[in-house]
Amino acid sequence: MDAVIRVRDLRKTYGRTVAVDGVSFDVARGEIFGLIGPNGAGKTTTMECVEGLRAPDGGTIDVLGLDPVRDVRALQERIGVQLQEAQLQKRITVREAVDLWAALYRAPVDGGRLLDQLGLREKQHAWFMTLSGGQKQRLLIALALVNDPEVVFLDELTTGLDPQARRTIWELVRGIRARGKTVFLTTHLMEEAERLCDRVAIIDRGRLVDLGTPADLVRRHCPTATVVIVTEAPGAAAAFAAIPGVTSVAHDGDTHTIRGAAGGLVTEVIRCLAARRIDVRDVRTELPTLEDVFLETTGRAMRD
Amino acid sequence: MLRGLWRLTWLEIRIFLREPLGVFGTVVAPVLLFLALGRLLGRRVRATDLAAPDVTRDLPVVVAMLVAVSAILSLVAIMAIYREGGILKRLRATPLRPATILTAHVLVKLLFSTITLALMALAGRRFVPAGAGAPWLPFGLAVVFTVACVLSIGFVIASVVPTARFAQPLGALVLYPMLGLSGLFVPIELLPPALRIVAKVLPFTPAVSLLRGVWHGEAWGSHLGDVAVLALVFALSVALASRVFRWE
Repeated sequence: MDAVIRVRDLRKTYGRTVAVDGVSFDVARGEIFGLIGPNGAGKTTTMECVEGLRAPDGGTIDVLGLDPVRDVRALQERIGVQLQEAQLQKRITVREAVDLWAALYRAPVDGGRLLDQLGLREKQHAWFMTLSGGQKQRLLIALALVNDPEVVFLDELTTGLDPQARRTIWELVRGIRARGKTVFLTTHLMEEAERLCDRVAIIDRGRLVDLGTPADLVRRHCPTATVVIVTEAPGAAAAFAAIPGVTSVAHDGDTHTIRGAAGGLVTEVIRCLAARRIDVRDVRTELPTLEDVFLETTGRAMRD
Repeated sequence: MLRGLWRLTWLEIRIFLREPLGVFGTVVAPVLLFLALGRLLGRRVRATDLAAPDVTRDLPVVVAMLVAVSAILSLVAIMAIYREGGILKRLRATPLRPATILTAHVLVKLLFSTITLALMALAGRRFVPAGAGAPWLPFGLAVVFTVACVLSIGFVIASVVPTARFAQPLGALVLYPMLGLSGLFVPIELLPPALRIVAKVLPFTPAVSLLRGVWHGEAWGSHLGDVAVLALVFALSVALASRVFRWE
């Protein structure tokens, strides 16, 4: 793997609170890598150590061959950062912010084209305080891209946005990857991680719980799928119980809940329905998600 | 070294001008107040046909110090707002240095303080004629130098105040006693001995001494001690501020 970020045994404490407790992972060039976990899990602290904004208490970090603490100046030219809950001056315009940022870096991209890419052209003369949540976030992403960075850090980038704005941002992030950049993001939204990330690391109470593609993690930790079928056909329960790989069948009136190995359960159930010519009123599948993986691996539900 | 300084300064000037209340409070209100007071005092001076009383004799010095204090307070407040709002945190992730950010804001304050004082001087001449021999140019230079030096005290306070709500009272707590002991209102010789020593080491004292001296036509050369102390205060404050500067 061509790793652009290598983190080994990272530790960070605030007073007596251990925020990050021995975390290790690599981020590959050109991927969208997500750090997921509930608020307070240590995601932001980990990310800010990698960005060079915080000095770790232990462990080593390598970003593009640089040490984020020692080489922070050189690193800042090559990474782009969007911080959680960052704000700009209330009365700065979109265009002024982009131009200011461009003046701070050695090799900035064209500000006008950047605004076009992020759909902010018609808002370029608007004050920051008048932008919507989604527009603010897009501007903050634009600022993270001004220096044409190799690695882009996005911390909780869609928190507080409505679903429409969230989808727009996801498309933008995929566009960043399409231009060959590496994206390192944190989120506490499992749906976001599942749809956006090539690989995710689950972090809880400062420790790394597991790491892999969303599909891998689901297969590894939640190998069970559920199919719910509503049918009045007599003998259906017995037929379902005979399906290969099924571990349990429960029924409540006409509603049958079939559980089994995630791999082939849905296909097998459909085959059975076809072979037995069973008429159904409703079919619903419940495949495990990262949310279930999180519950399984940490023993607690994701909560804000 | 200070990459982005001019762009940031120019940007902060424009942002400041977009806030009508800020411009009113910093430039318009002091000049209007000055005009009103000047009219009152000026008429009384003429009516009693006395030599100008003390307060009008040192009026330019008093005004310069008050404007300097308000510039410091506003510097402290704006840095606190930027810190609280996460603006400093965002700037931290760029190649901007704390010194650049502070310098930009000091330049903005210096500019608007100069404008305010120049307008006051123009307004004041109508009511309290300073006479043809008033040393406007040396005094103007002394004001700019002094304001820049005492603003550096604001650097230090601005570097550490956590929130805007905390900034104003803390700034006032530090600045008003210094102003009170600066010899501006009460001659230092009249203070109790202990306070006299305190007054001698406070940075506002040489500021007032320099301004008053230059206003009354003394040469800069006879105030080299004041200039040296002010320069030292500036150097120490800048060094201290960049060490203790907090981004969040």
